[in-house]
Amino acid sequence: MADVPENAPEHCPGTGSEQAGKTSACQGCPNQTICSSSKPLGPDPAVQEVKERMSSVKHKILVLSGKGGVGKSTFTAHLAYGLAADDSKQIAVLDVDICGPSIPKVMGLEGEQVHQSGSGWSPVYVEDNLGVMSVGFLLSSPSDAVIWRGPKKNGLIKQFLRDVDWGEVDFLVVDTPPGTSDEHLSIVQYLSNTYVDGAIIITTPQEVSLLDVRKEINFCKKVKMPVIGVVENMSGFVCPKCKKESQIFPPTTGGAEKMAADMEVPFLGKVPLDPRIGRCCDEGKSFLTEIPESPAADAYKQIIQKILDYCGKKLEENQFEIVKD
Amino acid sequence: MADGKSDQTLEEVLKSIKHVILVMSGKGGVGKSTVTTQIAWTLYNKGKKVGILDVDLCGPSIPRMMNVEGNDIHQCSAGWVPVYTDKDQRLAVMSIGFLLDSRDDPVVWRGPKKNAMIKQFLSDVCWGELDYLIIDTPPGTSDEHITVVENLRHYNPDGAILVTTPQGVAVSDVRRELTFCQKTKIPILGVVENMSGFVCPHCSECTNVFSKGGGEALAKSCDVPFLGSIPLDPSLAQSLEEGQAFIDLFPNSPTLNAVNTITSKLLLMESSGDQ
Ligand SMILES: Nc1ncnc2c1ncn2[C@@H]1O[C@H](COP(=O)(O)OP(=O)(O)OP(=O)(O)O)[C@@H](O)[C@H]1O
Ligand SMILES: Nc1ncnc2c1ncn2[C@@H]1O[C@H](COP(=O)(O)OP(=O)(O)OP(=O)(O)O)[C@@H](O)[C@H]1O
Ligand SMILES: [Mg+2]
Ligand SMILES: [Mg+2]
Repeated sequence: MADVPENAPEHCPGTGSEQAGKTSACQGCPNQTICSSSKPLGPDPAVQEVKERMSSVKHKILVLSGKGGVGKSTFTAHLAYGLAADDSKQIAVLDVDICGPSIPKVMGLEGEQVHQSGSGWSPVYVEDNLGVMSVGFLLSSPSDAVIWRGPKKNGLIKQFLRDVDWGEVDFLVVDTPPGTSDEHLSIVQYLSNTYVDGAIIITTPQEVSLLDVRKEINFCKKVKMPVIGVVENMSGFVCPKCKKESQIFPPTTGGAEKMAADMEVPFLGKVPLDPRIGRCCDEGKSFLTEIPESPAADAYKQIIQKILDYCGKKLEENQFEIVKD
Repeated sequence: MADGKSDQTLEEVLKSIKHVILVMSGKGGVGKSTVTTQIAWTLYNKGKKVGILDVDLCGPSIPRMMNVEGNDIHQCSAGWVPVYTDKDQRLAVMSIGFLLDSRDDPVVWRGPKKNAMIKQFLSDVCWGELDYLIIDTPPGTSDEHITVVENLRHYNPDGAILVTTPQGVAVSDVRRELTFCQKTKIPILGVVENMSGFVCPHCSECTNVFSKGGGEALAKSCDVPFLGSIPLDPSLAQSLEEGQAFIDLFPNSPTLNAVNTITSKLLLMESSGDQ
């Protein structure tokens, strides 16, 4: 879509500009209210407060996808379980899917409540070294709907980043809803002054999904969020009876691997469809410890190792740059 | 891009549309867009005039699924002309996909901008006479949903179809969408359970890849109609990839049967509602 609407005045700064809705040319433009309201006014002091809070968090990883239901929450949970298998590491999961929080159920924490302490909100702990925060912990019943427009969602995300007392954390993994809207812009904006390792993009093999995922990768490029890599989930199903494989979501345009190559981002691997993954999620258990001997568990472990390698290397380079400065 | 400025009011648009159905789900990827397209095709094959409005602005799937990707929207005096998928112009589509320069462009918009776009989609599209307008939504209970519902509420839309997959993680999100409908006073036409049961094409063994029965149990526990289950069928996914009408390709399949059952129930509600 053109950055300048057809009905805009001559000196339109462009809808994507920082000045959108604010220049003198914007006076009287039919789009002025939309443009000016779609950007927060001035720098938000919260960005600095988030920076202070996040100074005790070493690595930050976002889990993103343009498409719904591809397995973002499932991957987030299993990345966290996998990282937390190392007792010496402290892991945190933040769920910023405000209207459809799945993390409490997937991680077996449904019905838990958040506690307030002097130093902020305390996360809910799965294990001593695995803490979780989600809007799900703030609802009084699992059927409660969070019927909120953007600004209110952004306010809560700000609170999650600024007011949760995570303590010293090695990895913070952030689960997001599908799309490229308020939640995504807010998380990127509030973390803009902190060190973020990058984003992991989840997709399924078919074009209907890749279509949205390309948009998400372009979003990352636009906001300068590094892409750690792409994970293809639900790629192929092996019948438990005849052991033959079927492509339920057919990779009609070459699947995620080709898409990643075309878009010049790394490809991290494929996780097959396994009904036991869904069952573990429904029961709030880790598939990695429930069914450790399986192709899907192997796939998870290999992908997690690649992410660890990436994060280690990236932090080193980053520290080197700081020393250079 | 055409700006879609028009003198039409929402009231005028809706006056010539007999039925308005929303397709919603708290959960992503459960098949909202799939159910939207399959119901549209079925109604079309029964001789109805159908419009599909895609209000998923960040992840529009309808153009691809209806094989109209890359089309442009034209302007007429009254507003935007939708894209027709057929020669006799009985199946029309409107989506943000038609307004983007490139199919890979992200639509990075916050709520207010999305709301303005949706308002335009509701009042400025020249559908003409329609039997059914089916509205495909993104997952969630936020800006898109609130805006659509706030604008339509006064014109008595038929109601919402809630789509879920069988497993607990999906059902608990859809439970929240049900609360949304109740709070905003949108009637619930019923629950569709999608992707329930996969029949292996090699040995005919049925595996419940995403569990089974969650949608029906949800409908029962919340006392809303259960419209039916659609099996997990790779040929359905394949036909959507290519934008082909599944109804023409696999007319005798159990999957199409399931879609037919669901559509018949909707038509039955229509006739009882008319009296
Ligand atoms: N590899 C897999 N095999 C089988 N089931 C899976 C697999 N990955 C995810 N699932 C199941 O698919 C469903 C969707 O996954 P999940 O909720 O993680 O997706 P999501 O991308 O977070 O969805 P949303 O867009 O709604 O946030 C869940 O029920 C999950 O248990
Ligand atoms: N019954 C089914 N059998 C096989 N594949 C299906 C079935 N229903 C949907 N699919 C496939 O699953 C994917 C997700 O479906 P769809 O895009 O309709 O979901 P959605 O709820 O609209 O997702 P989103 O939340 O991203 O809008 C699509 O690729 C679709 O082709
Ligand atoms: Mg999720
Ligand atoms: Mg959709």
